[in-house]
Amino acid sequence: MWNVEVSSECIGSGVCAGSAPRHFALGADGRSRPLATPVDPDDAVLGAAASCPMEAIGVSDAGTGVPVPF
Amino acid sequence: MTSLDDTTALALPLPPAPSIYHPTPRLAELRANRPVAEVAFKDGSTGFLVTRYADVRQVLIDPRFSRAAAASTSASDTGLAMVATDSILGMDPPEHTRLRRLVAGAFTARRVEELRPTVRALVEALLTDVAARPRPVDLVEHFSLPLPVRVICELLGVPPEDQHVFHAWSDTILSDAGADPAEIRAAMGKLGAYFGKLIADKRATPADDLMTALIAARDDQDRLTEQELVNLCFGLLIAGHETTANQINMFLLTLLHFPEEYQRLAESPELIPQAVEELMRFVQLGEGSGLPRVTTEAVELSGVTIPAGSVVMTSMVAANRDESVFVDADRLDLTREITQHLGFGAGAHHCLGAQLARLELQEALRGLLRHLPGLRIAVPDSELRFKTGMIVRSLHALPVTW
Repeated sequence: MWNVEVSSECIGSGVCAGSAPRHFALGADGRSRPLATPVDPDDAVLGAAASCPMEAIGVSDAGTGVPVPF
Repeated sequence: MTSLDDTTALALPLPPAPSIYHPTPRLAELRANRPVAEVAFKDGSTGFLVTRYADVRQVLIDPRFSRAAAASTSASDTGLAMVATDSILGMDPPEHTRLRRLVAGAFTARRVEELRPTVRALVEALLTDVAARPRPVDLVEHFSLPLPVRVICELLGVPPEDQHVFHAWSDTILSDAGADPAEIRAAMGKLGAYFGKLIADKRATPADDLMTALIAARDDQDRLTEQELVNLCFGLLIAGHETTANQINMFLLTLLHFPEEYQRLAESPELIPQAVEELMRFVQLGEGSGLPRVTTEAVELSGVTIPAGSVVMTSMVAANRDESVFVDADRLDLTREITQHLGFGAGAHHCLGAQLARLELQEALRGLLRHLPGLRIAVPDSELRFKTGMIVRSLHALPVTW
């Protein structure tokens, strides 16, 4: 399983919510949050993390805490 | 002319705005009374135009509004849309993400910030040259165009001396629906061939640039096709300079149209980063309604059910003047604490170069205020000549003096 987090760097571009809508949504403040964490590994999460203009998305192994590269 | 209070489909494109500083007033009427308006395109086909901030933002982010499904619609007869059809702009996730993630790393806020000294030095050099010229000076030729051209050329690995070669093709491709589609296709072919040759050169002689990195992603990891590689490179080149160049012009024109705001910025340059955000919200770079989407299922917006398979257009300029989000929205206020304007769009297709554009616009304003105090446009607005048939307001020249 992976832990997914969105840092306070988020500017609400919506890139993650648009590209991985099963994993990210924008809150009332317009900023992104993961819909669930931990989640089963899914390349869409890594794609969203790699596409974030603020590098605000972190993905790590839920067991070891080691960051998952994207 | 179609009346706004009936249910007849509204003809798109809307008549031009009476001023370059504000959207056409019809958009405010639509936003108030028909926020999801039925529209008719030139060929008689129909769709919807969305004007409220919340609705526009949803259309841009919600994957039920598909770019891929829209790429073949008749609303896509502009040059940009034709390019978009063959490119990352015409794709939906996950295909879109496969390409976006290859280039996004070069355009993050952190990576772009590393370019600030280079951009600042370039601004200094260009403006030192401008300041030494006999006045009036054409800012398009000597500053607003060469700045973004050199930045994107350096990042991508395109020789800046080829600027005169690719700029004419770029202009043709960015024409609106008035241009001959065959001409647009021809320009796209030439630009594609140009990049084909550049890519072959880079394969032979790799360099430390984005094009070389993309070639490696293709050749070593098979993450994109040769055609996608070419389209991505020429998309980055075009998107990377025409918009920024004209946004610098429009920023300056708008600031000088509201001299008290210009004065405020001159006295408090520390306001520049937030001023750039407010100007991104306020400035009328284009009048149109972006790239079309098509609904993959029925969706309700502002109480209107949009059936599946409908073409949906979004007016970012209308959304950016939505009073329910931006108080006193038609007023330029550089001290506004602004968040989440739609000047760079939103969602999967949120402007890839947004952070780079921000940096260039910040440094351009800083340089203009510092090097050319008392800057003013040397001709009245009525003598400003915009290229006809462009999707952004694109000036032939911007004569300035100081």
